[in-house]
Amino acid sequence: MGQKILFEKIHIPGIKTYDVYRENGGYASVEKALKMNPDDITEEVKTSGLRGRGGAGFPVGLKWSFIDKKSGNPRHLVCNADESEPGTFKDRYLMEYIPHLLIEGMITSSFALGANLSYIYIRGEYMWVFKTLERAIKEAYAAGWLGKNIKGSGYDLDLHVHCGGGAYICGEETALIESLEGKRGNPRIKPPFPAVKGLWQNPTVVNNVESIATVPWIILNSGEDYSKIGLGRSTGTKLFSVSGHVKKPGVYEIEMGMTVDEFMNSDEYCGGMIDDRPLKGLIPGGSSVPILPKHLIFKTANGEDRLMTYESLSDGGFATGSSLGSGGFIVYNDTACIVRNTWNFSRFYHHESCGQCSPCREGTGWMEKILWRIENGQGTEEDIDLLWSIQAKIEGNTICPLGDAAAWPVAAAIRHFRDEFEYHVRFPEKIKNRDHFVNEPFEKVKHLLQNTTV
Amino acid sequence: METLKKYHQDINITPELMQRIQELVSHYPEGKQKSALLPVLHELQDAHDNWLSVELQNKAAEILNITPIEVYEVVTFYTMFNQKPVGKYMLEFCVTSCCAINKAEDVMDYTCEKLGVKPGQVTADGLFSVVGVQCLGACGYAPMLQLGDFYHEHLTKEKVDQLINDCKEDKITLHDK
Ligand SMILES: Cc1cc2nc3c(=O)[nH]c(=O)nc-3n(C[C@H](O)[C@H](O)[C@H](O)COP(=O)(O)O)c2cc1C
Ligand code: SF4
Ligand code: FES
Repeated sequence: MGQKILFEKIHIPGIKTYDVYRENGGYASVEKALKMNPDDITEEVKTSGLRGRGGAGFPVGLKWSFIDKKSGNPRHLVCNADESEPGTFKDRYLMEYIPHLLIEGMITSSFALGANLSYIYIRGEYMWVFKTLERAIKEAYAAGWLGKNIKGSGYDLDLHVHCGGGAYICGEETALIESLEGKRGNPRIKPPFPAVKGLWQNPTVVNNVESIATVPWIILNSGEDYSKIGLGRSTGTKLFSVSGHVKKPGVYEIEMGMTVDEFMNSDEYCGGMIDDRPLKGLIPGGSSVPILPKHLIFKTANGEDRLMTYESLSDGGFATGSSLGSGGFIVYNDTACIVRNTWNFSRFYHHESCGQCSPCREGTGWMEKILWRIENGQGTEEDIDLLWSIQAKIEGNTICPLGDAAAWPVAAAIRHFRDEFEYHVRFPEKIKNRDHFVNEPFEKVKHLLQNTTV
Repeated sequence: METLKKYHQDINITPELMQRIQELVSHYPEGKQKSALLPVLHELQDAHDNWLSVELQNKAAEILNITPIEVYEVVTFYTMFNQKPVGKYMLEFCVTSCCAINKAEDVMDYTCEKLGVKPGQVTADGLFSVVGVQCLGACGYAPMLQLGDFYHEHLTKEKVDQLINDCKEDKITLHDK
């Protein structure tokens, strides 16, 4: 389980700089790729089984094969470094510590796609990383890996880094393209898909940082070698951003297939719960995916071990499972309040809704308002049902998946933690302080729900 | 009159700033200079006390040869562009889940109290403002705040005290130039 692909060289002193990166075998995948047929590179990536690491898990090679190479219009590769899903901070780690790995991946991938002008779109708040990448790109130009006739191959590529202005929605690929065109980040109606009409109406592929940073290894080794790592259709290694109530938060690279139990409790990874407090819930893939209650974290509903794979994390559907999403692994102990946390997420989605579709624009606001009411002891039993019906009406009725992403956390919270909502409604005097469960964990007081009838 | 004065901004596009803007514009194809809008607004804002007056937004439109409305609609969409003066040191606390369960709200309240401001307000000397923002991608290093181009992580009240002192003593670099 120890294979490292992305982090293999990250701890080498000075690896941030071009010289050290190159001395350690950097840019070798470009040398190899430039001698290959571009479509064969796409085939290798297809064989690897690499799935998009931005959240949706769509096969990367397949996406590349959709790019319109017939129209003759210029093509672009755009790297999605918007990373704004709460709980996710892995792309930042890669770009901060080994920026040339992403640049190398961008060159190799752009060559495969026949793109001559590519961009890295990074969230504006990561300004120091933006500057780091700018410097690294200058180094790559100076060393002849970018620009005209790269290493005598006849292939030209210009690569630039572009910064956003603070908007989660710009992580959605068509909003990202709008934003890169200097506009508001309103997602486009699909089709047409970016592979046909993307940046400036040209064929465009948008891929996550981690997806692109994996390509050099696949080209240097082989798609088949990559496909042997991991488990089943969850091939390769995956970065997880760990936060919340564990002993060792941070970014970890693991081979997919490890048990959730080992990842959470071994000293090599999360190191178990902070202060050894009881576990309450886990969000395995960023704020948009359903929270799992304690009894569904280490085992699936069928009693099988829950594994760190796309398939196992979603086993049971939304009734008893969740999703690997962006790999934002957020752990909650018994002091966390699910109602408050769900309100916190609804506030986020309300704030980040672009406002184009009424179910999302209005629904996120209503959910935030009702959750705030319940969290502050002014909610009613009907409010819980109202919340349920609002989230159900957003899901599937919007232009982009942000609407669904706003609905799912609310649905999962009610599905698995309805008793906490009821407690808030029935015992308003017990939840006045925002730290109510820090002072008195729900486990200690939930018997009150049985004893009293209203 | 008071308000008019308060919202006045002296615009100064130095040759270096103009050169940097030209460099950014050169990253996009001929005729697609509007794409440079976000990076250019960041540069203009950084050079003008961290906010963008209408006059400065008009200037951006002029430089990029686009209409002013194209700039206004962008400035109002993205959270990082400030349409009013803010403190020289704007302390932006993440208040999203992973930070919230790590006492972000307590640290932010403490900071507000210490500086005598509410979220969104600027101290009388114009030095500080405090705001709550959404997840900044530092969830594993919570609680945290952003100040200029940099993050300050694993915050405690003591660290906030130190940071505020460093700001007052002009020891803090805001931008990575
Ligand atoms: C609201 C929303 C936010 C998103 N944010 C990101 C993001 O920050 N980074 C990212 O790579 N993908 C994000 N995505 C997914 C992208 O739309 C897209 O699927 C992805 O960048 C494709 O790259 P991949 O196939 O390599 O994963 C987001 C999607 C939605 C709907
Ligand atoms: S679902 Fe929400 S964020 Fe997505 S396009 Fe509609 S309003 Fe905008
Ligand atoms: S939740 Fe605060 S940085 Fe992500």
